[in-house]
Amino acid sequence: MKCTEFLKELTNYLDGALDERTKSDLEDHLAWCHNCYVVCDTTRKTIEIYRDSELYELPEDLRGRLRSAIMTKCSQSKKSGPQSV
Amino acid sequence: MSAIQPNVSEPISDELALVRAAKRGDDSAFEELVRRYDRNVFRIAQHITQNREDAEDVVQDAFLKAYGNLAQFQEQSKFYTWLVRIAVNEALMKLRRRRPERMVSLDEEVKTEDDSLPREVADWSPNPEQMYNQAELRDILTRTIQGLPAGFRTVFVLRDVEGLSTEETAQALELSIPAIKSRLLRARLQLRERLSRFFQKRASGDGNK
Ligand SMILES: [Zn+2]
Repeated sequence: MKCTEFLKELTNYLDGALDERTKSDLEDHLAWCHNCYVVCDTTRKTIEIYRDSELYELPEDLRGRLRSAIMTKCSQSKKSGPQSV
Repeated sequence: MSAIQPNVSEPISDELALVRAAKRGDDSAFEELVRRYDRNVFRIAQHITQNREDAEDVVQDAFLKAYGNLAQFQEQSKFYTWLVRIAVNEALMKLRRRRPERMVSLDEEVKTEDDSLPREVADWSPNPEQMYNQAELRDILTRTIQGLPAGFRTVFVLRDVEGLSTEETAQALELSIPAIKSRLLRARLQLRERLSRFFQKRASGDGNK
């Protein structure tokens, strides 16, 4: 397996979406190719860091305000008939 | 290595019950759906629009549209996927309005280098998150993802941050599965490469911050 082939399957590999055979081919490649090992490992870390980052959490007070605004508008729209898309 | 698990643990068995109650006019059921997904919609909207006020508007408009069009919801997909589709469209509209000079579209073929191997592969420090304090880390992550084209950013956020499956992401963005996979790969690799600047192992003696 060449590095470019490895890279093509990287997303499926990280997502656990490969059959056993392709997976073991990839892992063979990882065992000797340091570059691909590092790319794979740091890509996984990239995903984990973003997943755990809690960027853009909705603050509770804003959340409450938005929800009541939504529900008020919803009940108003019911009175004024269906909305157009 | 084990596969990365999605963020949201589905299935929500009573989601459909809530949707049906809401369709019958039960507003408290709809409010429960708002409660369930408002944080996700806000996060997605802010990632796409990169603007806090726009994101607030998107949350309101998306739920309002969902409410007004509940009757059209076919129940073949998850309510959440349907809602995300509405929210993404609203967010893209905001983005286009704010940056009319830049073409903002999800299906444009984003030009990048081909999928050749990254040239410069630097290993990271074992605990990259601990090299910076929380505020610094947040700033690095925000600026890095904002540098991606909207089409890549959106796919990455839906798949990797919100934990939608490839199929759900394809439905929500109305793109093909191969298109999602190719954007996701590029988004992940570009983010990795950009983050390397901040997270690489430093020469010994350099010390961590
Ligand atoms: Zn390789």
